[in-house]
Amino acid sequence: MVDNIKRSLLVALWFVFLTFPLMVVKVNTLKNIVEWRWINMLWVAIGSFVLSIVWRWAMERRQLKSKKAEQGEEESVKPGFGQRLLEDPKIFKPVLIVLALVTLVFPLVVDIYQANIMVLALIFVVLGLGLNVTVGLAGLLDLGYVAFFAVGAYTYGVLNSFFGFGFWISLPLGGLMGALFGIVLGFPILRLRGDYLAIVTLGFGSIAKIVIENWEEVFNGAKGIANIPRPGFFGAEMSIHTATTYTYYIMILMVLFAIFITNRLKDSRVGRAWMALREDEIACVAMGVDMARTKLSAYAFGAFWAGLAGVIFASRNTYINPNSFTFMESALVLSIVVMGGMGSIIGVIIAALVLILMPEYLRAFSEYRMLMFGAVMVLMMIFRPEGLIANVRRKYAGRKVVTEDANA
Amino acid sequence: MLEVSKTMAEPDNILLEVKDLTMDFGGLRAVDSVSLNVCPGEIVALIGPNGAGKTTFFNCVTGMYKPTNGAVMVHPPEGKSQKINGFKSNRVTTIGMARTFQNIRLFKNMTVLENVMIGRHCRTTTSIIGAILRGSKTRRQERETVEISYDLLEKVGLVDVADEFAKNLPYGAQRRLEIARAMATDPFLLLLDEPAAGMNPQETKALDELIVRIRDTEKISILLIEHDMKLVMNISDRIYVMEYGKEIAQGSPMDIRNDPKVIKAYLGEDSDA
Repeated sequence: MVDNIKRSLLVALWFVFLTFPLMVVKVNTLKNIVEWRWINMLWVAIGSFVLSIVWRWAMERRQLKSKKAEQGEEESVKPGFGQRLLEDPKIFKPVLIVLALVTLVFPLVVDIYQANIMVLALIFVVLGLGLNVTVGLAGLLDLGYVAFFAVGAYTYGVLNSFFGFGFWISLPLGGLMGALFGIVLGFPILRLRGDYLAIVTLGFGSIAKIVIENWEEVFNGAKGIANIPRPGFFGAEMSIHTATTYTYYIMILMVLFAIFITNRLKDSRVGRAWMALREDEIACVAMGVDMARTKLSAYAFGAFWAGLAGVIFASRNTYINPNSFTFMESALVLSIVVMGGMGSIIGVIIAALVLILMPEYLRAFSEYRMLMFGAVMVLMMIFRPEGLIANVRRKYAGRKVVTEDANA
Repeated sequence: MLEVSKTMAEPDNILLEVKDLTMDFGGLRAVDSVSLNVCPGEIVALIGPNGAGKTTFFNCVTGMYKPTNGAVMVHPPEGKSQKINGFKSNRVTTIGMARTFQNIRLFKNMTVLENVMIGRHCRTTTSIIGAILRGSKTRRQERETVEISYDLLEKVGLVDVADEFAKNLPYGAQRRLEIARAMATDPFLLLLDEPAAGMNPQETKALDELIVRIRDTEKISILLIEHDMKLVMNISDRIYVMEYGKEIAQGSPMDIRNDPKVIKAYLGEDSDA
């Protein structure tokens, strides 16, 4: 402890020295004098000292933990909070009921702005769940995921402005178009892995945006497509407020649908093949799994959700232009997956809500948004590389009781 | 191709027939016209000094490489004979030849049971839609998969650790898990690439028994690469020896033990001979 304080003092001194010209000395060019802001030096010293102490404390804890793990006192003895939450029905059920109630009444008690932001957050939940399949389960690092999101949004936009298609017809079409593009873009990258795959998908993402920007006749270029109708309800007239509430409920259903389906796939033959592909491609193929088919299906399945989310995004904004589909969105969705925990559904939901809602409610810090974002990512990588909630592998009951559990 | 199948000797009695297999990597000839047969109920060993081309030979047979020349014919007990040169390895596995790897290649972050369940992939048919709807057929397949996998784990003695992550298993257990995973694909021929590498004598002995048991009770023939001579001499019916990509000898363990060429390959030439 004393050692830690000593070292932290040294760190503080070093930072004071480093930031001295920047934080303390200020030349006032109007009055031609040098201002000495000594108080800033104190803040730097205190700040770096505290941060250093906290950092050291955290690192020590981490080392202790890994030492324990090495000695066989695995974490499995004491499962993490997230896991306990999932496994103990006593905690799980009331939490679920409260959550359900909150989500149900949420749009009725808050104003339209809050509901709108929540819809956006839920869209990103669906995007996260979709990318979670591609990256988290199948291990295909996709940096151009936003392309499929754009495909969905523009499917609705174009179909509506040219042929007058409504929301409910466009929704499945958007999803299917996403999946179709997933397969088409998936073919050339079948042989790529890891970094190479990431670079090529990054390229796809940019290409999608450029195509949309420059194909004026169809996509209306940088001007974007306006007057996209909100989701309809048997042609009923709705005020903006009701429409938003309505979109919110559609989104909730969509999230539930996504959770249901990804959950089923995760523990199926298909899901296992995806995971095996992530773990070891050569062994996976040697065990009789068709690599091309498995990769394409993972890619298309992820893209399907992006397409669906895109349609809803277009109807929520009633206006789309290429600027909504930049690399930033891809990066954001990928961060959601990484932060939530690869392959973990609940983790992804929490991460999506945090990463989308946090900047909205912390407007005061909006200038530092990217900085905070980066810091959170770095800290995550150091202290919880497995994500907020690590993916819990399913246990299959032995053959005696297999009939009950394997079908649940 | 037709000619090859006509000249085939006793197709009923051969499972795997490799003829003059050659594999070039650029100018390097890693495997030079090697021929090899495996008959039903046999344990055949492929031995040779390091770098002799044994693993390359394996990779050609299992479809990881496309051989430059020669033919790999399979005659499954049920089903038709075919030439499988250049088939993708998943197709080779589906035909019924499953392999393990020299450097263990398990799915580390999946449970032991799931590792074995992957082996059932090519024998089950559930699609994405099927998995989502989870109809009665899917449920039945899933149940069968779990049951068969548990059975296999029992056979290799890993049923107690079925829910552990594969990466947490001790080395010898990982080797056995790889064998169980390969057996889950319902093969008629099991290709084991150095199954005893890095094992201690007790583990080797257990493995020895396991391999013989697989042949006798599961009726699976075995082709193995191995450096552990004691294991090879103990269990194999026939042995092929490779050196510098060429086949230098074949025969029963007794013949091989006394073959001067093999002794030379392993121990070097006597200076005053």
